[in-house]
Amino acid sequence: MANLQSDFVGIKSPNPFWLASAPPTDKEYNVRRAFEAGWGGVVWKTLGMEGPPVVNVNGPRYGAIWGADRRLLGLNNIELITDRPLEVNLREMKAVKRDYPDRAMIASIMVPCEEEAWKAILPHVEDTGADGIELNFGCPHGMAERGMGSAVGQVPEYIEMVTRWCKMYTRMPVIVKLTPNITNVLYPAEAAKRGGADAVSLINTINSITSVNLDSFAPEPMIDGKGTHGGYCGPAVKPIALNMVAEIARNPATADMPISGIGGVTTWRDAAEFLALGAGNVQVCTAVMTYGFKIVQEMISGLSEYMDSKGMTSVDQLVRKAVPNVTDWNQLNLNYVAKAKIDQDACISCGRCFAACEDTSHQAIAMSEDRTFTVIDEECVACNLCVNVCPVEDCISMVPMDAGATDPRTGKVVDPSYANWTTHPNNPSATAAE
Amino acid sequence: MADNEFTPGIKAGRLEHSAYAAQFSDLHPPLDDHEALVAADRCYFCHDAPCITACPTDIDIPLFIRQIATGTPDAAAKTILSQNIMGGMCARVCPTEQLCEQACVREMAEGKPVLIGQLQRYATDHLQQQGIHPFTRAGATGKTVAVVGAGPAGLSCAHRLAMLGHDVVVYDARPKPGGLNEFGIAAYKTPNGYAQEEVDWLLQIGGIRIETGKALGKGSGAGLTLDQLKADHDAVFVGVGLGGVNALGAMGEEKDGVSDAVDFISTLRQSTDLTALPIGRDVVVIGGGMTAIDAAVQAKLLGALNVTLVYRRGRDRMNASPFEQDLAASKGVRIVNHAVPVAVHGNGAVREIEFEYVDGTMKGTGEMLRLAADQVFKAIGQTLQGDGLPDLDGRKIAVTGAGRTSVEGVWAGGDCASGGDDLTVTAVAEGRDAAMDIHSALMG
Repeated sequence: MANLQSDFVGIKSPNPFWLASAPPTDKEYNVRRAFEAGWGGVVWKTLGMEGPPVVNVNGPRYGAIWGADRRLLGLNNIELITDRPLEVNLREMKAVKRDYPDRAMIASIMVPCEEEAWKAILPHVEDTGADGIELNFGCPHGMAERGMGSAVGQVPEYIEMVTRWCKMYTRMPVIVKLTPNITNVLYPAEAAKRGGADAVSLINTINSITSVNLDSFAPEPMIDGKGTHGGYCGPAVKPIALNMVAEIARNPATADMPISGIGGVTTWRDAAEFLALGAGNVQVCTAVMTYGFKIVQEMISGLSEYMDSKGMTSVDQLVRKAVPNVTDWNQLNLNYVAKAKIDQDACISCGRCFAACEDTSHQAIAMSEDRTFTVIDEECVACNLCVNVCPVEDCISMVPMDAGATDPRTGKVVDPSYANWTTHPNNPSATAAE
Repeated sequence: MADNEFTPGIKAGRLEHSAYAAQFSDLHPPLDDHEALVAADRCYFCHDAPCITACPTDIDIPLFIRQIATGTPDAAAKTILSQNIMGGMCARVCPTEQLCEQACVREMAEGKPVLIGQLQRYATDHLQQQGIHPFTRAGATGKTVAVVGAGPAGLSCAHRLAMLGHDVVVYDARPKPGGLNEFGIAAYKTPNGYAQEEVDWLLQIGGIRIETGKALGKGSGAGLTLDQLKADHDAVFVGVGLGGVNALGAMGEEKDGVSDAVDFISTLRQSTDLTALPIGRDVVVIGGGMTAIDAAVQAKLLGALNVTLVYRRGRDRMNASPFEQDLAASKGVRIVNHAVPVAVHGNGAVREIEFEYVDGTMKGTGEMLRLAADQVFKAIGQTLQGDGLPDLDGRKIAVTGAGRTSVEGVWAGGDCASGGDDLTVTAVAEGRDAAMDIHSALMG
């Protein structure tokens, strides 16, 4: 069995699965249960400054979208940072860390954008024995209205400034949590790096309205007839998170900065994808809020089995494995030609590929009287839509054409060499091929 | 001591009185909201879906299932009912495992089709339980049409004609409308008076008058003739079903205790107190179709100790679907194949019935089987009855196109007409299509 031991910016944990700063990590009771279930680490629910804690709404704070059989696909929330007194959280953190010294415990922090506020809280956190801090520059609701959370995360200069304060006033590693509610994630990531961050974690939740109540004409979740945007998370946001992680991982200015991957991690496979795209570990929230802490057992066994099958003995060997293959569109090989192929033995004749191709794509699938569906190579551009809408896994595949064969669609011979848009004759700013 | 399942003879009240309701409750309890959503989510929304092709009434099944999945079951019901006005009954009695659900691509993929029949019932129940009738009549055409037979074919025809603006008179020999839905289908398939409920709901369209106690033919006292109907109306639709029953041709058939399965089913369906309905201890049903199964299963449900269904050919040749055969077996009915009745024994009343085993060519083998029997039900096919009918094709009224008969101005559909399976859903389709053809003919 592969060793899942994780070392993230010097913070050790028995596996790379941490619980993200969120309701599951709001108090000692939950965190102890999480550790008993096998979680490698937790990022404690975000702490605020000393004094009266924030208050939450007293009505629904979550909204959701569902797939078949009410499978939860996306969750949004309007919950704020911890609404328990700072000293209570600190006391509990200390107690838990004392009892679970092998697990990672990170303190998420959000205080006003003033040097004194950060300087004041850091020693208290350090005193708990926490392994590191995560700066919550991400929450898009509530706290942002008060100039914190994503209001800071959307201004690279603030990120850099606060990160620098933290590095100045604590010896603990500093992880900067990034908001996806920006135009280009590289600006905040680079700012974190300039400020001296040890790592970034992403993504925080996405501004969202999950649904509109068509009887009361208000967004959900609704509080006394009104709703507000909340932070969206869960399986639905994973593709957005993967892209942002990959962008940071392959950007020369940030490529060497460790990343804690967050966003819709639900299974070991999701985790493995984040790791391959450059995350050093992952953080999970919605999946445990849906299924409970026990899912970590599947994540551990699944990742371990996968790594064994690939001959990998440590998590490091998987991290960044896919990063070299993430590129810009203009680097894609335009000489590569594939055609869809339908496995007639696997086909159940539902005709969805036909409807999709005929109505919305290239009219490249033929349907016979007896409902046999075949690809018309003369029309097929290998767009993959048929594969995506087919309900049978592996029934339709994209088969590359051999070099030297003639593409019946274009009449051109498939060229074995690589050529991309930068050298393409149709590109007005093409440079001549060497 | 009260009678029980061991008491010989034909006796009522073999079961505890409290047991009857459960015995005859819904075969497939209705889906609740969540079950319906889960079932609907399994539909792939196939292109030019095979289930539609397999449905004799061409219901747009993927569309109505999507309408259920998106929380609009009443819209789903309208999709169903616009093609099949008796979609509620068909959802209960259609052999879906041989029609839409057999064609479902998930049947091919997993052996587990989408529950089309139960979803259809979910949608139609949802609408009908609110008392909503979603169709309205077109402007009056001033034409009148006679429909003979208030079964699925006749009512379907009448509804469509009424919708198109014609006035319709429906004649039926029985004291109430519904045909086989009311008199000929096992009780557990349509419990709680659904057949009459559906008729009442259907008639909300307006423009349809029902006249019971009227049949084609001179003998009935209230006899109708095609000539008179033609004279009184602008068109005639004949949907009289198959009123006669085939005879066994076995010695001793006239003995007490030997009767037609259709009469047993009809009596059972009209019974208001099943505890008072007598049934034999040893019941033998002869036949291999749906009527035979319905009789056998209900005999068992009434408390018969031994119920044997005997059919002259193999299981694969039985008209009852494998699902129905399995249902019978699960209720404790024994099915004997390749045996034909040769004699009914007993002094006045049947005591035993004797069969000879036959080979695949129906040739006697000389091997005999005697079954104890205090009640025998014959279910070996029904025949067309009536005088002065249009030309026949074999034993049914010959039709071409959408139910046109040899007589100008007379259409026919349902079990009495040639072509198509003898199914409720087929009758509904034929009635509807004849109505459209009548409309075209009348409106030129």
